[in-house]
Amino acid sequence: MFPITGTTSLILAIVFGFAFGWLLHRGNVANYGTIVRQLLLKDFTVLKVMLTAIIVGGIGVFLLVQMGYAKFHIKESDLLAITLGAGLFGIGMALFGYCPGTALAAIGAGSVHALVGAFGMILGGILYALTFDWVSQAILPVWAMGKVQLPQLLGVGAPVIFVALGLFVIAFFVMLERRSVKPG
Amino acid sequence: MKNPQDMEAIFANAVRPSAPATATRINWSPYLTGIGIGVLSWIVFVVVNTPIGITTAISQISGGMASLFVGADVVAANTYWAKNVFDLDYGTLFLVGTMLGGLGSALAAGTWRIETVPRLWAERFGPSPARRYVVAFIGGIILMYGARLANGCTSGNGISGGLQLALIGWVFFAVMFATGTITDFIMFRPKTS
Repeated sequence: MFPITGTTSLILAIVFGFAFGWLLHRGNVANYGTIVRQLLLKDFTVLKVMLTAIIVGGIGVFLLVQMGYAKFHIKESDLLAITLGAGLFGIGMALFGYCPGTALAAIGAGSVHALVGAFGMILGGILYALTFDWVSQAILPVWAMGKVQLPQLLGVGAPVIFVALGLFVIAFFVMLERRSVKPG
Repeated sequence: MKNPQDMEAIFANAVRPSAPATATRINWSPYLTGIGIGVLSWIVFVVVNTPIGITTAISQISGGMASLFVGADVVAANTYWAKNVFDLDYGTLFLVGTMLGGLGSALAAGTWRIETVPRLWAERFGPSPARRYVVAFIGGIILMYGARLANGCTSGNGISGGLQLALIGWVFFAVMFATGTITDFIMFRPKTS
């Protein structure tokens, strides 16, 4: 029965995209102020959403893979490219005030500057394609680690990592919530 | 000449006369939102065998748009676009869905409004939409170039990579947070006047 492909999957693309955009907007992360205040360390909504999604999603997907209902989709860890790319991405996100997904949801919710930035993103995609031959020779092969997951790298099981990560994240959230109820 | 904030207020009222002054329904708990995205990940992994991701499809759209400027032959000859052909496929339609989700949520909550200059920006950099647009456009270019170099964005690498405990996801998460924080701390440093 699963995975669904063909025309039905195209309808599901809209349905799942809609759910994602709805969640981003309702969670108030499709919002310039929320993202910039996160980067200014004044509002931790973005980290709360992302870390909760990673732990809830991660434990579920891990179990689904164990039971044979799902497959992992691991991308290559080309570490120089990822470090440079993530570095640029952070600078771009700080200037733009959105990441790509939240920008799309914000466009739907009426943000004109998110739409302007989306045209910038299209230009950025064009520039990448035009420089790809050089990038693929000079940058992608440097520190290319293959499709690595943390359990292989650290030599411990995924459940151990999820437990450790979960405890760390819960402690972090408790600290944040305690701090936010203090007066002043 | 009215200032942009007044124009925004007028426009918002014209679109939705009964819009409440303060919107509360768009503030779902971040934990509930995160659980929602986590559960959505379970569903997409099983049902369509495709993790949530945004920027691969944007590069397909870049190819579609580039053929208008540099010609279809240049796009066809490009090794990157050859691997990411523009099509109305799952990835690009997911983008349409994401945009519609933001629209639907904003309409249902009664918070849909045109935003040209966000308040936090206006407090620091003034009410000029042109200045905001220039920085958003440049930011978008850098954001997307970085996302392609890193082979994913906050969604594809940060969330989908992170939840699979992929090394790429966690390196991406840490580095983009560091440079983003540094950049906004510099941009929003206290004014020395």
